[in-house]
Amino acid sequence: MAYDLTHLRQLEAESIHIFREVAAEFENPCLLFSGGKDSIVMLRLAEKAFWPAKLPFAVMHVDTGHNFPEVLEFRDRRVAELGARLVVASVQEAIDTGRVVEETGARASRNRLQTTALLDGIAEHRFDALFGGARRDEEKARAKERVFSFRDEFGAWDPKNQRPEVWNLYNGRIKQGEHIRVFPISNYTELDIWLYIKEEGIEIPNVYFAHQREVFERDGMLLSTSPYITLMDAEEPFIETVRYRTVGDMSCTGAVESSADTIDKIIAEVAATRITERGATRADDRVSEAAMEDRKKEGYF
Amino acid sequence: MEMLRFATAGSVDDGKSTLIGRLLYDTKTIFEDQMEAVERASIQMGSEYTNLALLTDGLRAEREQGITIDVAYRYFATPKRKFIIADTPGHTQYTRNMVTGASTADLAIVLLDARKGVLEQSKRHAFLASLLRIPHLVLAVNKMDLVDYDEARFEEVKDEFRDFAAKLDIADLTFIPVSALHGDNVVERSSNMGWYEGPPLLHHLEEVHIASDRNLIDTRFPVQYVIRPQSDEFHDYRGYAGTVSGGVLRPGDEIVVLPSGFQSTIKSIETLDGPLDEAFAPMAVTVRLDDEIDISRGDMIVRPNNQPTVSQDIDAMICWMNERSTLTPGAKLVIKHTTRTTKAIVKELSYLLDINTLHRDEAATQLALNEIGRVRLRTQTPLFFDEYRRNRETGSFILIDETTNVTVGAGMILGESS
Repeated sequence: MAYDLTHLRQLEAESIHIFREVAAEFENPCLLFSGGKDSIVMLRLAEKAFWPAKLPFAVMHVDTGHNFPEVLEFRDRRVAELGARLVVASVQEAIDTGRVVEETGARASRNRLQTTALLDGIAEHRFDALFGGARRDEEKARAKERVFSFRDEFGAWDPKNQRPEVWNLYNGRIKQGEHIRVFPISNYTELDIWLYIKEEGIEIPNVYFAHQREVFERDGMLLSTSPYITLMDAEEPFIETVRYRTVGDMSCTGAVESSADTIDKIIAEVAATRITERGATRADDRVSEAAMEDRKKEGYF
Repeated sequence: MEMLRFATAGSVDDGKSTLIGRLLYDTKTIFEDQMEAVERASIQMGSEYTNLALLTDGLRAEREQGITIDVAYRYFATPKRKFIIADTPGHTQYTRNMVTGASTADLAIVLLDARKGVLEQSKRHAFLASLLRIPHLVLAVNKMDLVDYDEARFEEVKDEFRDFAAKLDIADLTFIPVSALHGDNVVERSSNMGWYEGPPLLHHLEEVHIASDRNLIDTRFPVQYVIRPQSDEFHDYRGYAGTVSGGVLRPGDEIVVLPSGFQSTIKSIETLDGPLDEAFAPMAVTVRLDDEIDISRGDMIVRPNNQPTVSQDIDAMICWMNERSTLTPGAKLVIKHTTRTTKAIVKELSYLLDINTLHRDEAATQLALNEIGRVRLRTQTPLFFDEYRRNRETGSFILIDETTNVTVGAGMILGESS
């Protein structure tokens, strides 16, 4: 029994191994940081992989301009603590320079525009590997993605043509202009993430805990009122005690009614929940049965 | 909580997706919105019943063509263990997918239809499980409801499979009669098969003893990354980061570094959470030594009295995984073994193994997609390896095509070739 590792420590070791493998084999990797719980866990794992040295790569935030203010504040503080280099790929800038055209109407979202900002950021900084916090339990297209996921020179993912991935031997060989998306926390579930946050005492933004917020209901989801979203007829804002299960763009991330104001209560809630986190809270995945698959093929996270 | 990784092999016809669906459903892992999406998709496809296969067949291309393209990973947990399922499709590119899904598995479930008994496909699955040295094999004899839950039929299938399995190297073999459709012996014990005295499948998955499967004897620490902070606080710090691939490391241990042969002593084993008294597989740690010696990625730290084979000549079983090329003698490939990447030449194809009959075809001149053969390789620089049967980490490698950069082969080392 003395030589057993708990499942969280096994998952942690696997993630650290992946971080080190990338740092050793690529010239210019970068960690995609959204401010969400998964990327916060990623930062912690990266810190562990290279301690006592600093992160040997930059941290990139694809900024839609529609962020939760407390998440931006959290991002800046955490990056400063780690002494990491922050790169911001701005969707607003892509709109301003005419790279992309903003959607209009009450349902306008900058979700798809992120892909252009992301791919421009990768090209500008010549990143050859990007760490992402995607998990395989999140979504069915992600359930089939490799840990080292090859992207061609257009940033596209080809699900039919993935490299075989055996043992812990990752193939990171690419040609110029191509890159690899790397998913060190592929094998964590939502519950594992929360258990790890608890075990490690990791700080997370307040929006994950139950709080009072002005929200309105759209398509069965609770969206926060904000300057970034226009109410449609018959949509009435009201105050509710809510928390976020995922944190993304304010215009498409829904809150859930919850009184979970501690990590333990969140863990109890997640363990008992009967709806997936993306199903409950992400308008971007509801577009169609294959919404994630389609966006991934275009180069999305 | 412990973690168990298992692979499932079998085709849709054997009820594999139904079995996985049953495991997820009965352990309350399928969420309402997933179930609704599957129900909607089933209706759209004109299916009369809720097709649980759609839970795992996630991609649009798969739904449209009714096939499974790739390995899908599924997760569930009970209070006892966390489970990772590598669900490998039964149809196309079978071998490649099973090798991918099963390479890290602790256990494999091979599913067969009680009415049909042991088909070639079941033999193939069992052979691959033994080739990949998956420590535990479960033969789930499914569709017992269609043979009236007959004990005699179950025994027949068992005997038939045992005859075949005698030719294989399987450490732990368990037979379980199930009906995935009705849930008999999947999560709950079946009341229809009072004659069966073993545990239901889930109980077996929760209890099977995996702690001894790890190699705690042969100390192997492939250096993955050298940590040099170059900061004021850690001015002279030099740590060797890596994942333990075998044995146990402790501060004070005498070690030797391959390939240089320099000897030193472990000064400390460090992590962000503090120093450790010992480290074992699969822990990811940083090792510091008493002496300043030149060590880089691809080197290996081992004990002086227990060293791996150091050689450029390797005898291995290869599974070829590429549809656009074949493995032929004379081919030059990139080889990645532990943290060491070098080049290799295929010196000889000793034989192609027919995985249905286990016949060795010594006249074969090439290995094509999904074919398995025994090969002699010569590497540009020496590798430090063990037999795959002794250590899956230091006994395995991948082959990469230098021009396309694609992973074309997976190798399991038999030993040094003469």
